[in-house]
Amino acid sequence: MANIEVSPDELALSGGSEFLPKGWELVCGLEVHTELKTKTKLFCGCENVFGAQANTNVCPTCLGLPGSLPVLNERALEIAAMIGLALSAKVQASIFHRKNYFYPDMPKDFQISQYDIPLNADGYLVLPSGKRIGIERAHVEEDTGKITHLGGTSGRIHGAERALIDYNRSGVPLVEIVSRPDIASPEEAREYVSELRSTLVAIGASDGKMEEGSLRVDANVSVRPVGEVPFRTRCEIKNLNSLRSLVRAITFEARRQVDAYLAGEKVTQQTRHWDENVGRTVALRNKEEAEDYRYFPEPDLVPLRPSEEWIEGLRSQLGELPSERRARLVAGLGLSATNDQVETAISVDLYPFVKSALDAGVDPKIAVARCANELASLTPLDPGFEVSWFVEILRMETEGGVSATQAKSMLSEVAKSLISPKDAQEKLGISQLSEDQLTGTVQEVIQQNPAEWGRFINGESQLQGFFVGKIMKVTSGKADGKAVVRILRNLAERG
Amino acid sequence: MSSRISPKEVAHVAMLARLSLTDEEAELYASQLSSVLDHASDIESLDIHDLEVTAHPLGLTNRTRMDIVVAGLSQREALSQAPDEAQGMFSVPPVLGEPS
Repeated sequence: MANIEVSPDELALSGGSEFLPKGWELVCGLEVHTELKTKTKLFCGCENVFGAQANTNVCPTCLGLPGSLPVLNERALEIAAMIGLALSAKVQASIFHRKNYFYPDMPKDFQISQYDIPLNADGYLVLPSGKRIGIERAHVEEDTGKITHLGGTSGRIHGAERALIDYNRSGVPLVEIVSRPDIASPEEAREYVSELRSTLVAIGASDGKMEEGSLRVDANVSVRPVGEVPFRTRCEIKNLNSLRSLVRAITFEARRQVDAYLAGEKVTQQTRHWDENVGRTVALRNKEEAEDYRYFPEPDLVPLRPSEEWIEGLRSQLGELPSERRARLVAGLGLSATNDQVETAISVDLYPFVKSALDAGVDPKIAVARCANELASLTPLDPGFEVSWFVEILRMETEGGVSATQAKSMLSEVAKSLISPKDAQEKLGISQLSEDQLTGTVQEVIQQNPAEWGRFINGESQLQGFFVGKIMKVTSGKADGKAVVRILRNLAERG
Repeated sequence: MSSRISPKEVAHVAMLARLSLTDEEAELYASQLSSVLDHASDIESLDIHDLEVTAHPLGLTNRTRMDIVVAGLSQREALSQAPDEAQGMFSVPPVLGEPS
């Protein structure tokens, strides 16, 4: 078994199946649960908020008390459909079902979910690498209460002596996004969850916080010999609380299954728990079959029939998705693929700045670089920091009014003191020399260094740096480097 | 006609519901549940091929409420129905694993 342990150093895996013994491949599908950013729960008016004192956001409906009835939250339904639209899924007529099971996280003894007819069906998500991952469905359901296992000798849940339950989370709106088994490597799983999270955050569906449980991932993992068509038995891995856990758990589980097959054993369909500290998955329970949940239509909720107008209204609220933002920046920069700067610039906090700058005609290279480097280092930005300030500074830099170094100092000053770019310029003593003044200075420096100038105009282009340095010194760094080079070259051409 | 559901199936459903049944009870419920299913099968004999599947008898759709917070219960009120409590939470026996 020792060969299947996953060391932290092994996280940088490529997109293929190299992490498995030769001749085997991974088949993986992910179920991502996202809590929706609504004010209230899915079927009652209790507040939907993380971190409140236990059992203070509860009412008869979400406690499953007799006589209470669910009424669907309009905003939750809108967000759920927007998720479907962002995933290019079909938003369709659907109904709710009861999923019956006995576990005290759901005091009604059933969870209201969707079963054979989900709200969103048959979509896809395109990863930054270009690979398309199919989405089977994205359905609406209610979250369960949170159980804390208390006591026990080992500290593991099997040894717990009491289970304590907080129902604040019971009834919080969720959308469960089920991918097709298109994921071929642990790294691809990471990329999928990361892109899905960016998409959910971009459309305002979720805050995407895995550490607070507002985005939860279960992985369905199986393996098969390369070339074998049918799927083999899968195991569902739970407790994946970070992208790091996701990658490690899938790697471990796939190797465990290959090892079992190689040893002539069978893989049992199971729910398994990822133990981040030990770095392995352990069997939790043998999976219940769908029929064990005795799904039946929820009689207390009427069917949903989304109209075309309603759907189109929501589509118009989607805004630019991360994939569209990425495509715009990659094209603007003339790149063939995305890079780290682009990925930073399309993040939810920073993209409004880059977008406004591009709309105002700022050079895309400057817009992306200032956003991904300088602005990103200034986050979290004060809410008083205005987008128009950022745009103004970048426009000055694009037009050569200030140098790159000056633009960076101005950005930092504006973010720190919350003053306008003009005021920051004054405060920092950044006075831009006019083109005439600068030309005069350049000519003076040339006259002081006739020998070097002679060599420069005779083709020793490396002396350009010598002149730029001298001119920067004379002007105390106030000259725009690009303008200096332009003037030098013009004068050199004229001899 | 009492073979629609076996004592083994009854035992499985009982396990899901965390009920412990004796063999005699499983036999008894198997026969009783089978007669319920027999009755349901009478309905299957009706010709319904031209009827649309109905999820709900009311004929209503898209009933929603606004996303506005409404005051619920206090922690004290909520826990007043709890069999046991600790740290502001409902306290119950541990729940994982199959019933013994």
